[in-house]
Amino acid sequence: MRSKAISRLLFSVGVITWLALLFTDISTLLSSVNQLKPDIPVWLPGVILNLFIVSLFYYYRIKIGRDEVLNFVDLLWRVFATGLIATVISLGLRLVEYLLGDTSLTRNIVFRDLIYLINVGLMIGFLMMAFAAWKRLILYQKSKWLLRLWAFFEIGLLISLVYNSFKVPIVEWLYGTMLGIFVIVGLVLSGNMKWVAFLNFRQKWTSLLLLLLTVFYLLYILYTNSSYSEDISNASPYFTDYRYHIFILSLIVFVTVYSIFSFLVILFNLPTTSVFEQKLEEVVNFQRISQSIQTEQSEESVYNILLETSVSSVFADAAWLEINSNAHEHKLFTYKITEKESYDIINHLKAHNVKGVLDQGSEKTKNLSKHLASLKGSRFRSILAFPIYVKGQNIGTLALLKELPESFNKEMTKIVSTFSNQAGISIENFRLMEEALQNERYKEELKIAKMVQKSLLPTILEQDNDFEIAAFSESADEVGGDYYDTLRVDKHLISIIIADVSGKGTTAAFHMSQMKGIFHSLAQRDIEPKEFMVQANQALIYCLERGSFISATYFIINTQTKTIQYARAGHCPVLYYCAEKKSSQYFKDKGVALGMVRNKSYSSFIQSNVFQYKAGDIMVLYTDGITEAKDGKGDEFGYERLVEIINHSNGMSPLEIQNHLINKLYEFSGTTNINDDYTTMIVKFK
Amino acid sequence: MIHIKRLQEEGADIIALIGEIDASSSIELDLSIAKSVGEGFKKILVDCSALDYISSAGLGVFMSYIEEFKDRNIRMVLFGMSDKVANTFNILGLNELLQIGKDKVQAKQLINEV
Repeated sequence: MRSKAISRLLFSVGVITWLALLFTDISTLLSSVNQLKPDIPVWLPGVILNLFIVSLFYYYRIKIGRDEVLNFVDLLWRVFATGLIATVISLGLRLVEYLLGDTSLTRNIVFRDLIYLINVGLMIGFLMMAFAAWKRLILYQKSKWLLRLWAFFEIGLLISLVYNSFKVPIVEWLYGTMLGIFVIVGLVLSGNMKWVAFLNFRQKWTSLLLLLLTVFYLLYILYTNSSYSEDISNASPYFTDYRYHIFILSLIVFVTVYSIFSFLVILFNLPTTSVFEQKLEEVVNFQRISQSIQTEQSEESVYNILLETSVSSVFADAAWLEINSNAHEHKLFTYKITEKESYDIINHLKAHNVKGVLDQGSEKTKNLSKHLASLKGSRFRSILAFPIYVKGQNIGTLALLKELPESFNKEMTKIVSTFSNQAGISIENFRLMEEALQNERYKEELKIAKMVQKSLLPTILEQDNDFEIAAFSESADEVGGDYYDTLRVDKHLISIIIADVSGKGTTAAFHMSQMKGIFHSLAQRDIEPKEFMVQANQALIYCLERGSFISATYFIINTQTKTIQYARAGHCPVLYYCAEKKSSQYFKDKGVALGMVRNKSYSSFIQSNVFQYKAGDIMVLYTDGITEAKDGKGDEFGYERLVEIINHSNGMSPLEIQNHLINKLYEFSGTTNINDDYTTMIVKFK
Repeated sequence: MIHIKRLQEEGADIIALIGEIDASSSIELDLSIAKSVGEGFKKILVDCSALDYISSAGLGVFMSYIEEFKDRNIRMVLFGMSDKVANTFNILGLNELLQIGKDKVQAKQLINEV
């Protein structure tokens, strides 16, 4: 908004200064013609002219220099349009003059000066417009050096205005030198034509036309103005004669030279335009391949883009892309060729034992046009094939075909090889992303499994007047398979189980839930522990897959007879602290884990045991996560350490023992993040 | 990490396990046993003298072959276990299901018994 207001202000200043120039100039001219002493100083019109120039200079600087939207052709168009307006007005004035004929009015010096000044104003406007536009073109790709040279040129020109304003007694050599310097600098600057390369074929033609007309307008206006000033100077030397104005002269030379240079450069660049356009397209295509790994796109779209871009880059007549998803499966993406034709060529090359074209073992890309010559019935005479690698593994072949023999050159080979490499990278990235997503999904699944597993463990344990129970379970990062539970069968009977499912993850959680179901249904029926294990084994045979098993120990506490019946199926032996003897021992008896023997003979591998308990006795159930926990040196927590801890905690409640044990475990391993599931269940009798 | 070596002696395939068998390396153990079976060996000796640790997944591998070996009349004897490794087998009751010898000599006797 602000720059718009300023540009309007500058334009108004321009108009006002031009009007002022008109009056002062006519007045000085009249005085001189009539041999009168002028009312105003002779130098005033020159100063006003310079003000006019400065206002137009800044006007176009704001209007053209700050407009980001303008492209090269737009700039040329603006210059052309300004030139057209100037020329049309100038021609109009000539027409008026012609129509009036040779009358006293047309011979009047005031009228002639008016026409002259209008033309000068138009010319300066045109020149300033062109100057601002050429500045943008020259500084399109700027260097430090170029910017400095331009600044010197611009500032130098503005300083020359001051020199002109004050009519410093014309020192011939200074005048000549300044003009010479500006012309030379203008010529040097005119060498900057980089923008031309960025025009496409159509734009170049348009630019040529616009520049040609611009040059034509320039020449016409120069001719008109020089004839007018010649005419007036015959009458009186006291008028604003631009022909000695350094700024205007330098500008005329610069603008004309740059217009002609641009015209010639564009003209000579025309034949090579297609090459530049092709290069540009290659870059765009390359980018397309790189960007074709958006989440919604598939590998297939990468293949299609590769096929398309390769074909358009080398002007192939047809192409196919053979992808081997595995050793036996091939997929063909084709372009302007039928699958049958492609397979004909593939089989032909195979039959003639041509190595290095399509066989997947070849690492080099080769141009094997000659081998197609022997294939009858095919319209193609040139073939260029590239392997596509993902993680060093050949996943497919890209083949490009042309109808003319020997029509692939080295450049094309390079381009397509770059494309196929990039496609390989894109596919690799795509696969990595897929993998990451899969991983994320897996993690999410584990989270759910972990939640399920946690919820399978009881929140409340059976308590009794005869004993107290405390239990603790923690699983490693992954889902574990430790399970414990209690169930009251009747007033005097309580069942307890501890189990460890082999393996980890979701399957372990599933097996654990099966174990829970088995425990809750079998324990209800008040069967003895051995029978419990035999039936549990029978049930699990159908659920556990090959190599999976569950170790468990099952107890029935009878508070009436104060006995404990139990069976151990491959689980860690129970540690029992006898308060009377003040010592602990492991109950190491026979017992094979559930799921290991998958027939009726299991009952011979399991046994029931009975013992009496007394007040103060402690029963410690645990999983191998405790005894196999390792310290920094790789030593295991072990059975001895467990005995030691229990022997020294006889005065404590089960919960206190549990906390003590877990603390000792953390202390031993040096971390609370133990690499396995670990569970304890401590029963203390009263 | 596990390193598995195989060599043949007197018509028996000896699989030597060196290192530790955990969930991931148990796959290698499974593969080498399957390979030995695939090559038609009827006598398989597993040398555990350099086995430092075996997880439940590793034990699961041995367990999974018990039935198959019985059906196909293949005999497998393990030998040379350290006390710690033997304890892991014993707790699970695998010592009841597998034939385990003290050393190679005893293992060869066991495998040649009718």
